[in-house]
Amino acid sequence: MSRDRTVDVLVVGAGPAGSVTAKHAAKNGARTLMIEKRQEIGSPVRCGEGIARAWLDELGIVPDKRWISHQVSGARVISPAGHVVTLTEKMAGNEVGYVIERDNFDRMLAEEAAAAGAEVMVKTSAVEVLRSGGRIAGVRAKHMGQTFDIRAKVVIAADGFESQLGRWAGIDTSLKPSDINVCFEYTLKHVDIDPRYNDFYVGSCAPGGYVWVFIKGPDSANVGIGVQLSKIKPGERGAAKRYLDAFIAKHPNLSKGSPIREVAGAVSCCQPLDSVAADGIMLVGDAARQIDPLTGGGVANSCRAGKVAGEVAARAVSSGDTSKEFFQAYEKGWRAKFEDQMYRNWMAKEKLVTLDDATFDKACEVLAEAELEVVNTLEILRLIQRKYPELIKEFEDLIK
Amino acid sequence: MTRKPAIDRAFCMHCGACVGACPENALSLEEVWIEFLSNCTNCGICARACPSGAIFMEGGK
Ligand SMILES: Cc1cc2nc3c(=O)[nH]c(=O)nc-3n(C[C@H](O)[C@H](O)[C@H](O)COP(=O)(O)OP(=O)(O)OC[C@H]3O[C@@H](n4cnc5c(N)ncnc54)[C@H](O)[C@@H]3O)c2cc1C
Ligand code: SF4
Ligand code: SF4
Repeated sequence: MSRDRTVDVLVVGAGPAGSVTAKHAAKNGARTLMIEKRQEIGSPVRCGEGIARAWLDELGIVPDKRWISHQVSGARVISPAGHVVTLTEKMAGNEVGYVIERDNFDRMLAEEAAAAGAEVMVKTSAVEVLRSGGRIAGVRAKHMGQTFDIRAKVVIAADGFESQLGRWAGIDTSLKPSDINVCFEYTLKHVDIDPRYNDFYVGSCAPGGYVWVFIKGPDSANVGIGVQLSKIKPGERGAAKRYLDAFIAKHPNLSKGSPIREVAGAVSCCQPLDSVAADGIMLVGDAARQIDPLTGGGVANSCRAGKVAGEVAARAVSSGDTSKEFFQAYEKGWRAKFEDQMYRNWMAKEKLVTLDDATFDKACEVLAEAELEVVNTLEILRLIQRKYPELIKEFEDLIK
Repeated sequence: MTRKPAIDRAFCMHCGACVGACPENALSLEEVWIEFLSNCTNCGICARACPSGAIFMEGGK
C-alpha cells in the first residue's frame, strides 16, 4: 500500500524552529504535518542550553521547571589573564536568563504543535525535494525502510545547521569557513562553580570563538567551546574537542568533574542571508542561518522566526498563493525582529576574531574597573577608547 | 591518488557539523550514518570541521 499523502504545510525537522512553525500553521487552520528524522525529538541534545528570558513572552511560552534547570543572575566575560567583566542581569538585559533542558524544551514545543492540531512523525527523513512546474511541491520521505512522497502546498525547511533541504531547493545557504564555529561540549557533574553567573572565556583558548561555562545546578555545568573553522588547519583532527580538553585541563575546578554527556555540533555566524524562501518553500531557524553571529545562540531566533513562518504559511494556504512573492511577508516579519541585530553582531564578531590575547586583556581590564550602568556595545567601545584609543581604531566604523 | 575524506565511525557523534560545513552538500547523515557522496571535491573542510575527529583525509600526498 502506498503511503503517499498530501498536506497543506509540511514541516521538516522538529527542533524549536519546526515545532513553533508547525504550531502556528496548525493553529491558523492549515493541515500540518511535521517529520523528524530522529527517533526521539530533542535527543541527543546539541546545545549549550543558555537562553535569554525576554523573548519567551513574545511567543507565549510560560517558563516551567520541567525544562528549566537553572536561572543565573548575570554573565561574566573572562580574559586570558583573568580580568573579569561582570554583567549583572540589569545590565546584560536580554543576554542572561535560563539554562534549560533542551530535550525537554524541544519536546514541550513539539507537544504544543501537536496540541494545536499538527500531526507529528518521528524516525522519518526527507531525502529529496519534489518539484512541480519549477516550484517545490513536497519531499520524498523515508521511514523504516519505506520510501514515500509527501506533497504539500508549503514546505518548511527547519532541518537545522546540517540543512540540506534549502540547498536541494536551490537556495544558497552554504557558509564560508569564517562564518562557521565548530563546537564540543561536556556536561560536567561535581565541578566548583559560581552558580550566579554564566561564564564566557575569550582569547586563544578558543580561536575565533569562546569557551562557555553555563550553570546547570549548584555543582554541574555545560562546559563547551566554539572554534572558528577558518582558524583550524588541515590535519588538525578533532580540533574543537582538543582545544576544550586543553582548557579544562588548565582549570582544576572543572577538571575534577565527571562528564555525564558529550555534545558535538556547529553553528553559523554569518550575516543575514538575502533570501530564505522560494516558490513553495520557506527556511526557518538554523536552516535559514538565523543564529546570532556573535553569541552563537539560535534558540530564540528560531522560535521567533517560526511563529512568523507558521502564520504566513497558513495564510498562504488559505489564499491559494504559495509563491515566493507571498512569502515576502515572512521575510519582512523575521527581518523586522532581528536582522539589524544579526548584522551588527556579525560586524562585531568580524572584529573580535582578529584580537590577540593582550588586547582582550586590556579591554577586559578597563571594563572590569568601570561601573557600567547599562551594557551596550557603543558604551563599551567608548570606555575602552578613553584608555586605549589604539585598540578602538578597528572598531571606529561601529562607534560612528 | 588524491587525498579523500574518510570516516572512523567509532568517533562519530552524528552531529551534522560536517554536513552543514560541506560547501558541496556532498555528505549524507542518515540518523547515525555518514556517507560521502559522488559530488565530493575532496576539499577537506569536513575533516577540519568535525569536532570529535571522526573525519580525516587519507591517501595521496
Ligand atoms: C554545541 C552547541 C551549543 C549551542 N548552544 C546554544 C545556546 O546555549 N543557546 C542557544 O540559544 N543556542 C545554542 N546553540 C544553537 C541552537 O542549538 C540552535 O540554534 C537551535 O537548535 C536551532 O533550532 P532549529 O530548530 O533551527 O534546528 P535544530 O534544533 O537543529 O533542529 C533541526 C531538526 O531537524 C532534523 N532534521 C535534519 N534533517 C532532517 C531531514 N532530512 N528530515 C527530517 N528531519 C531532519 C534534525 O534531526 C533536528 O531534530 C548551540 C548549538 C550548538 C551546536
Ligand atoms: S562532524 Fe564528525 S561527529 Fe559530527 S556527524 Fe560529521 S563525522 Fe560525525
Ligand atoms: S571533502 Fe569537501 S566536498 Fe568532500 S564531503 Fe568533505 S567538505 Fe564536502
